[in-house]
Amino acid sequence: MAIDAATVRKVARLARIAEPEDRIEPLAKELSGILDWIEQLSEVDTDGVQPMTSAVAVAAPMRDDVVTEGGDAARVLSNAPKTVGGFFVVPKVVE
Amino acid sequence: MSNLTSLTLKAALAGLADKSFSSVELTQAHIDAVAAAKPLNAYVLETPDKALDMARAADARRASGDAGALEGAPLGIKDLFCTQGVRTTACSNILGNFFPTYESTVTSNLWRDGAVMLGKLNLDEFAMGSSNETSAFGPVVNPWRAEGSTTQLTPGGSSGGSATAVAAGLCLGATATDTGGSIRQPAAFTGTVGIKPTYGRCSRWGVVAFASSLDQAGPIARTVEDAAILLKSMSGHDAKDSTSLDIEVPDFPSFVGKSVKGLRIGIPKEYRVDGMPAEIEKLWEQGIAWLKDAGCEIVEVSLPHTKYALPAYYIVAPAEASSNLARYDGMRFGLRVEGGNLTETYENTRAAGFGTEVKRRIMIGTYVLSAGYYDAYYVKALKVRRRIADDFDQAFQKVDALLTPTAPSAAFALGENADDPVAMYLNDIFTVTVNLAGLPGMSIPAGLDHKGLPLGLQLIGKALDEGTLFSLGGALEKAADFRAKPTRWW
Repeated sequence: MAIDAATVRKVARLARIAEPEDRIEPLAKELSGILDWIEQLSEVDTDGVQPMTSAVAVAAPMRDDVVTEGGDAARVLSNAPKTVGGFFVVPKVVE
Repeated sequence: MSNLTSLTLKAALAGLADKSFSSVELTQAHIDAVAAAKPLNAYVLETPDKALDMARAADARRASGDAGALEGAPLGIKDLFCTQGVRTTACSNILGNFFPTYESTVTSNLWRDGAVMLGKLNLDEFAMGSSNETSAFGPVVNPWRAEGSTTQLTPGGSSGGSATAVAAGLCLGATATDTGGSIRQPAAFTGTVGIKPTYGRCSRWGVVAFASSLDQAGPIARTVEDAAILLKSMSGHDAKDSTSLDIEVPDFPSFVGKSVKGLRIGIPKEYRVDGMPAEIEKLWEQGIAWLKDAGCEIVEVSLPHTKYALPAYYIVAPAEASSNLARYDGMRFGLRVEGGNLTETYENTRAAGFGTEVKRRIMIGTYVLSAGYYDAYYVKALKVRRRIADDFDQAFQKVDALLTPTAPSAAFALGENADDPVAMYLNDIFTVTVNLAGLPGMSIPAGLDHKGLPLGLQLIGKALDEGTLFSLGGALEKAADFRAKPTRWW
């Protein structure tokens, strides 16, 4: 199985990573190499095996439905690339 | 005291307790050592003023009879742990100027016990790597060199800064994290002790996420006992991490030195891989002999799905990473590179902010989670993960712990595996199974190869049975009597 250039472009788009045109073919080759190696998993009989979704089997804990912290916009915004008047500034989303 | 930077943590704490030296003196000695070790590139941020403030406070607390378990001990912190008001980068350009407004639970626990922070330690970008070469700050250099050679070697990864700092006397101990081997492989490459505890022992809160179902914090230290002292402070339940285990933290140091007589040690036959250097095979045999001499019973066991652990890992970890790293979108924190519209801004930000290996893993993760491939790759990997965990369950019906090599080679040269991602991934062949199963694993320095480079042995324990690992690790450490130190060239 091989990942072609079109698939790389599609995956890059899904991952929101701009890949320059000259990286597409090398990436197709690298990702195909890795996926070919991963392909050996098909040898494992997994019929009737439950997928393992967590490392330790524990029930999700419940917490009280209360506000624990908040009301500190300056702290929340302190690492923002752009802010104005206590808000994040982001590119226009709706035309 | 002439050489405050070559003490074990235990000896340093004893020296502080009997007033042989102060924390300020101990800390200053380490600050000086760090300043003189720039060629190793272990620290990406030094915090000498903060360290001396913390040391003075520690001395004051000790004088008033209020000393914590780590009072006045200078430590290094992997730059994956958020530290309040101190730049935290995960060694990625996308977080290049991030100043957390909160402190990770693990580091909070260390400061609660009186530890002193020397600075932030280098790592592979987002902990994705086995050689520290993916760091945006450049690779860490191993203080060890082959005899008669000046070739620069990798300290391993991703916790390369932590391992080098401990090996080179740039801190008394360090925090690290392990998603596929990132504590144990660097420990093996640098002649240090590293333990990845059971998943859920240490809170992940405030640790920059890579693959949440695998990530676990632990210490790198000079001795098994030092590692036990550090892990005891780092561990504990934290309501802010829903996978943190709500159980009591055992007194880990009390297990070091306990008799291991009568313990049953499994030797997994599948770990005898093709192409393993004869020296590593020999060291493994030596380890078996040492444990036999200590009164252990050796049992051959089978972990039949071992060879599938790495390929399963390279689905699960990138899938989780692609999801975790979706947060780096240039909107709320970190780098932003503007584009013509919102999507372009996302794409430009992530293209500029992430390095090659991180992008590669995000792409793999995105691919295996995408429509049409989810069942074939992701669900399949989760089922294989279950089979790997079942293998361990079966083995632990018969034995108390397993003994294996830590890594398939000694430290290799920087640049040696850089062009072949799969060759690099194979470094974690003996360590990654433990992450998938959530079990504790520890690397102990056990000998030198013919070039004079350190090699490690790995102990794998039952879930929550770090205590037995500390006892066995102590026995191996005593038998190996590993005293070699890197010759200073930096």
